[in-house]
Amino acid sequence: MQEPEITEALVAAHGLKPDEYARILRIVGRTPSFTELGIFSAMWNEHCSYKSSRRWLRTLHTTGPQVIQGPGENAGVVDIGDGLAVVFKMESHNHPSYIEPYQGAATGVGGILRDVFTMGARPVAAMNALSFGAPDHPRTAHLVRGVVAGIGGYGNAFGVPTVGGEVRFHPAYNGNCLVNAFAAGIARADSIFYSAASGVGMPVVYLGARTGRDGVGGATMASAGFGADTEEKRPTVQVGDPFTEKRLLEACLELMASGAVISIQDMGAAGLTCSAVEMGDKGGLGVRLELDRVPVREAGMSAYELMLSESQERMLMVLRPEKEAEARAIFARWDLDFAVVGQTIAEDRFVVLQGNAVKADLPLRALSGEAPEYDRPWVAPAAPPPLGPVPAIAPLDALRALLASPGHACRAWVWEQYDSQVGADTLRTPGLGAGIVRVHGTRKALAFTSDVTPRYVAADPFEGGKQAVAEAWRNLVAAGATPLAATDNLNFGNPEKPEIMGQLVRAIQGIGAACRALDFPVVSGNVSLYNETEGRAILPTPTIGGVGLIDDIAGAIGALPREGDYAVVLGPTQGHLGQSALLWEAFGRAEGPPPPVDLAAERRNGAFLLAHRHLMSAATDLSDGGLALAAFEMAAAAGLGVALEAEDIAALFGEDQARYLVACGFDEAEALAAAAAAAGVPLAVAGRFGGDAVRIGAATAPLAELATLWRTSFSRALGLPD
Amino acid sequence: MRAAVLTFPGSNCDRDLAVAFAAHGFAVSRAWHKDTALPEGVDVVGIPGGYSFGDYLRCGAIAARAPVMAAVAAHAARGGHVIGICNGFQVLTEAGLLPGVLMRNAGLRFVCRRVALEVATAGSPFTALWQAGDAIVLPVAHHDGNYAADAATLERLEGEDRIAFRYRDNPNGAARDIAGILSANRRVLGMMPHPERAIEAAQGGTDGSALFRALAGAFAVA
Repeated sequence: MQEPEITEALVAAHGLKPDEYARILRIVGRTPSFTELGIFSAMWNEHCSYKSSRRWLRTLHTTGPQVIQGPGENAGVVDIGDGLAVVFKMESHNHPSYIEPYQGAATGVGGILRDVFTMGARPVAAMNALSFGAPDHPRTAHLVRGVVAGIGGYGNAFGVPTVGGEVRFHPAYNGNCLVNAFAAGIARADSIFYSAASGVGMPVVYLGARTGRDGVGGATMASAGFGADTEEKRPTVQVGDPFTEKRLLEACLELMASGAVISIQDMGAAGLTCSAVEMGDKGGLGVRLELDRVPVREAGMSAYELMLSESQERMLMVLRPEKEAEARAIFARWDLDFAVVGQTIAEDRFVVLQGNAVKADLPLRALSGEAPEYDRPWVAPAAPPPLGPVPAIAPLDALRALLASPGHACRAWVWEQYDSQVGADTLRTPGLGAGIVRVHGTRKALAFTSDVTPRYVAADPFEGGKQAVAEAWRNLVAAGATPLAATDNLNFGNPEKPEIMGQLVRAIQGIGAACRALDFPVVSGNVSLYNETEGRAILPTPTIGGVGLIDDIAGAIGALPREGDYAVVLGPTQGHLGQSALLWEAFGRAEGPPPPVDLAAERRNGAFLLAHRHLMSAATDLSDGGLALAAFEMAAAAGLGVALEAEDIAALFGEDQARYLVACGFDEAEALAAAAAAAGVPLAVAGRFGGDAVRIGAATAPLAELATLWRTSFSRALGLPD
Repeated sequence: MRAAVLTFPGSNCDRDLAVAFAAHGFAVSRAWHKDTALPEGVDVVGIPGGYSFGDYLRCGAIAARAPVMAAVAAHAARGGHVIGICNGFQVLTEAGLLPGVLMRNAGLRFVCRRVALEVATAGSPFTALWQAGDAIVLPVAHHDGNYAADAATLERLEGEDRIAFRYRDNPNGAARDIAGILSANRRVLGMMPHPERAIEAAQGGTDGSALFRALAGAFAVA
């Protein structure tokens, strides 16, 4: 096949800037072949190289005695004691999900699950954080339907329980929805598998599904803004096959147990290219691939297509040669392809052969090691002016405004489409704070949460970044878990714009400060930039996925108050309404600074709550919507009413940080108050749970009325069938 | 007292079902879809939930034709006990071991929630510890649980007291609120809800345990 000539236009079409191409010419020492150009574009795009964010990501807090593996591998690995480890990561699949919501979201789930089981862990929990445009935007309902069905379609079939997540709506996502998928797995701490190849002349083995033309150029697409031609990009979206992924999981775990695996890497973005270069680069070896041996789905694929295909459910592995027969037998049993497609070589070369032709012959280490890294210009965003007067509103009407908004209504329409209990170890299902999953066969459990408030980050990226970490940390604490570590999924607009770059830099600094102060290291993550359409960027959305450990399931805190329980607020209430959910949902205003986060108070109040969890029948963190929304949600989930004594809107709906709402009996409330006074933790009795009415101050509404509003608003606002 | 749990490629509740059997005193072995015989001395066969062969054709249709299903059919014909849960129920109908079919949910969406059920008969080795009319709660998680059969079959199931469980608030459009049915000899049970996910309090409910205890009791007597 005749390969196209390398022209300026072709280079630009690969997303490579002139100075980047000049760097390629210097590395290669000649004009690259078409296949080589494709390989460079795949390795050097933002998605694979992190070229805009790397220098800032290095500043994050990533270490701690519990951390076995921090950022840089397929997923982070954290010790949970007794020889076990939790392996987790969150990753975006934003662009594909906007173009083809079902498959885009499904393959996002598939990709993150592979990241986890590539390391030898069996996936035990999934979450997803979704951001959509305005509920009444013509595309929103279509995207919600497709994304939710796609996540369910993949995760349910694969057999991982989806135990948490977020769903939000804002017009800034009209042209760019966000789909951030999280997965966690359990492995033996001494049996973690890494991607670094070792040994010269070792067979490089291709595992899993066959290669087709799907997704060619996907990683490059994910690194560009959307324009009017977005619809034409549909063919670059991959198609997911959870059935193959499930078999790949079982076969890989059997193979790992057999001792045949030297190193293993899943084929995600830029498929064969990224995985082969990664294994060679980390192991200090070269790699030679023979493309005629790659199992294919269609005939006549060029080297360029084979190297850039993003066909799903594939793995690349370096095998112990003496174990080849055993390895083949395992894959045959699961009816999966297994092919030796190359070998490791001593020279620092990445050699790709097709037939007798050399399609690429590049210095391997330079492909990742010499990828461009930018110190992009940035400007710190101006501090928002103080919040002006807030219009008067009756407390129950304010609550109704929140319950009627799809961002704060009950999201059962979403999570009921996810199997939250497969594995039979789910101890807390979605909708009740952090999800909780028992570590199979033990008394331990893990808590999972995903949090960010993009309005806060937009107003003040530093405080907003801190707040996202603090909220995740609090959600774990409120479940009775000791926070272990976090994963971050940073979704931003075009980093070539200094004000967007400023959001990214300041948010990372805020995340770093909070993670350091809370001993909550970031062990994995993903950056998604260029989330903009026709020049309009999304709200800055650094999603924080948090994982906590419950040493014994008896120490988990419940989510449901009992009839007659007191509603107790731990932490200081000042009534901060700037950037609040109430201001946005009731008045359409996003004004003022976000609530400041006092990290020392967070730490102290969280430690206090954990130390006194035996006194509580239920706990939740207080975040957007404040006390009133949290108290309603807690009560409604238990089928109870609630009475709150405050009448002041700021006290009821303010979003002050470092606070928890606790439900407990009278004696327990007294004990808690005494302990709080001794520990210097502010504590206030806010009301009581029980009955069949919601009373705020002097005004009362039937629980049934508000609960119906809360349960039906999501589908109604989106025009979806119940 | 021996149970065998089948695994098809795509099964994903096989471990959970094995754990539930073991927790109720069964010696559990596993059978692979390509096996042509069941393990020696098996009393109960468990067909687990999941997406056998991806469910890319009709749910359970390919699994119903797997080699191991001939052995299951022979086991059932000898009067052996079989329980099919969720995808397992679909496999049993596709294999002709139970009548009817499971169609796409009426709402066209996957549905995962705890549902209230009525135990419709105590007359089976699976439901013997309940009274007919007992209210229990079990989780469902399926996309295709909408049970359908022709009128004559539904009449026969009713007339022969072969409806094991009914939904109190039907989540999927199933005919006559059917959540589970029995074979004519009452030893083959197919049900959409997941009793294996409700055997201990930590899971949020223990109503599923009575089913496994009843089954264990049936063999203790025998």
